[in-house]
Amino acid sequence: MPEPILTIRDLTVEFDTEDGVVHAVTDVGWDLHPGEVLGVVGESGSGKSVSVLSVLGLVPVPPGRVVSGEAIFRREDLLKLPRDRLQEIRGGPMAMIFQDPMTSLNPVLTIGSQISEAITAHNPGTNRNAARKRTIELLELVGVPFAERRVDQFPHEFSGGMRQRAMIAMAIANDPSVLVADEPTTALDVTIQAQIVEVLKAAQRETHAAIVLITHDLGLIAELADRVVVMYAGRVIELGDVFALFNSPRHPYTVGLLNSLARLDADKERLEPIPGQPPSLITPPSGCAFHPRCVQSQGREICRTDVPKLRAFGESGDHRSACHFAEELDSAQVRVGATS
Amino acid sequence: MSEAQAAVAATPAMSASDDEILRVEGLVKHFPIKAGVFKHTVGQIRAVDGIDLTVRTGETLGVVGESGCGKTTLGRTIMKLVEPTAGRIIFERRDITTLKRRQMRPVRRDLQIVFQDPYASLNPRMTVREIVAEPLRIHGLYHGGEGRRRVEDLLRTVGLSPEHANRFPHEFSGGQRQRIGVARALALKPKMVVLDEPVSALDVSIQAQVVNLLAQLQKELGLTYLFIAHDLSVVRHVSDRVAVMYLGKVVEVGTRKQIYEAPMHPYTQALLSAVPIESPDHRGKRTRIVLKGDVPSPANPPSGCRFRTRCWKAQEICAHEEPALVPRAGGDHPVACHFAEVMRPLSLAETTPPDSRSANSGNPVSPERA
Repeated sequence: MPEPILTIRDLTVEFDTEDGVVHAVTDVGWDLHPGEVLGVVGESGSGKSVSVLSVLGLVPVPPGRVVSGEAIFRREDLLKLPRDRLQEIRGGPMAMIFQDPMTSLNPVLTIGSQISEAITAHNPGTNRNAARKRTIELLELVGVPFAERRVDQFPHEFSGGMRQRAMIAMAIANDPSVLVADEPTTALDVTIQAQIVEVLKAAQRETHAAIVLITHDLGLIAELADRVVVMYAGRVIELGDVFALFNSPRHPYTVGLLNSLARLDADKERLEPIPGQPPSLITPPSGCAFHPRCVQSQGREICRTDVPKLRAFGESGDHRSACHFAEELDSAQVRVGATS
Repeated sequence: MSEAQAAVAATPAMSASDDEILRVEGLVKHFPIKAGVFKHTVGQIRAVDGIDLTVRTGETLGVVGESGCGKTTLGRTIMKLVEPTAGRIIFERRDITTLKRRQMRPVRRDLQIVFQDPYASLNPRMTVREIVAEPLRIHGLYHGGEGRRRVEDLLRTVGLSPEHANRFPHEFSGGQRQRIGVARALALKPKMVVLDEPVSALDVSIQAQVVNLLAQLQKELGLTYLFIAHDLSVVRHVSDRVAVMYLGKVVEVGTRKQIYEAPMHPYTQALLSAVPIESPDHRGKRTRIVLKGDVPSPANPPSGCRFRTRCWKAQEICAHEEPALVPRAGGDHPVACHFAEVMRPLSLAETTPPDSRSANSGNPVSPERA
């Protein structure tokens, strides 16, 4: 395997709140390889967004605080870079696509001027005409119709799907090698989601960027990701190839998530929810944070006392799980359905 | 039961079949668009624009569609939370269309609603006991110790503990709040509940808990549900029958099997093909229909068939003649399309479709099947 383009190690992020310290991200680590799509999946509060955004310096400090860890991108630790150097990287070799384009686009500037600015900011000396021409090319690439006319429109004149296209155009303007997409389709209707998925694929073909896809949508992960990081209560609890992860998950939480899904393509007699509620991140459960909801633990003491390490499986060692009893799980435990 | 007779229209109010609990006929709800200093009306948002539907006692009718299709307005109009512009609402053989607020009160005992957002729909200053007891009090049914016991029973019914009664909504997670909303809706022992996106604000693992709770309550209490949602997977799981809406109209209605296994309307087919399925094994093996463009404005819907501007099958006739929601050749459930035919977007193709099939620009390819 080629050398990773981004390496995160031992990342811990906390937030100071009135109620106490929120342990949002704890000891997170993964590698991103060139050209791959890495899915980061989890439910609300799992730390999936914070873990990635803190690396980009996009978590507000205070209340946020990066306690430890490193994020190596092109031999530089992003967590130790001065603000201006990080700004050069963001929107340049590392670009972002957010859930709600309306909050990331400036409402009083035209779409075109914002994309042009992204180009000239990272390529000083580009003349205005060249930047505008490139902007129109980019809008065409992401499927904005009548790009030459729409380049001079304002964000409010774009529909949600079109705004998301414009965001993607801006993100790929400087030929990034890493694209971070945080819930890129969540705010959109399903037929528009499908369009944006195609645009993302086209953007990747164009730039060959590696994509970090942060989402709660397991369908989107199954469709787009090469490898997957599953997070729960701020920690990575399973990591592996997308096929291995869906077809033979090795963590009871991943198994539980898949079993709790209603399926579009199969009738299930009954959904199998994960019992209980998500944990508090101020006073997380001892040992494995999932143990109070875990059907595999069966009250075994080690689950309450020891935080399980992320351990490798199989010959390749690519599939890893943070469960003391991961060996007890096998693919038979995922029940897709098709009962009628 | 015959599916054709099932869902649709045209039958006069008196000939209601015995198992019917709710029927809407030609239901219309337009919202005026106001402009200018004097706020005169410059147009109409045609949120619900002529809907005929029947709901049978004890069933779950799912209503799906994308934002702006009118599904939420449909639910609220049925509840008379907004006044219908035209059409009729018949609940338990009684025309409730023109009933005033006060006259609606007894109807509300039998017809309740649960809202989407468990964070916004519960009064933050009321305790859980007050929230659940409120409908009982309004109807003069809350009496001392008996009332308290009823509230505690309701909390147990929805999987909460009676000790929760003295707490406030903010002390609960999203899933628990939705349980409180369900307890309140059940307080008056309704026969039918309109569920407006009841699980879409919840995380997946919690969604399943609430979906199972709703199923269990339906079984135990014999409830009828109108289940409004945009999540096609959840709707498949909960529904006996499903109505698909687009721009204020029902475009297709049928049993769960008919809608998911043999859909006939191009929009239904496109919707089903667009939802990502939680299995990487399906990659590249599904028929993909990527619709071009956005949903047109409900203030100015296209002439004829409203879906025609995004439809790959559209012909002359689609612009001139609005297709009726009737059973069409090749199927036995009502579809509003001149060119309706069965396509199965959820069965895997034997061969990998070429990339061009999912191109994002230009006309989507009409997917043919082996």
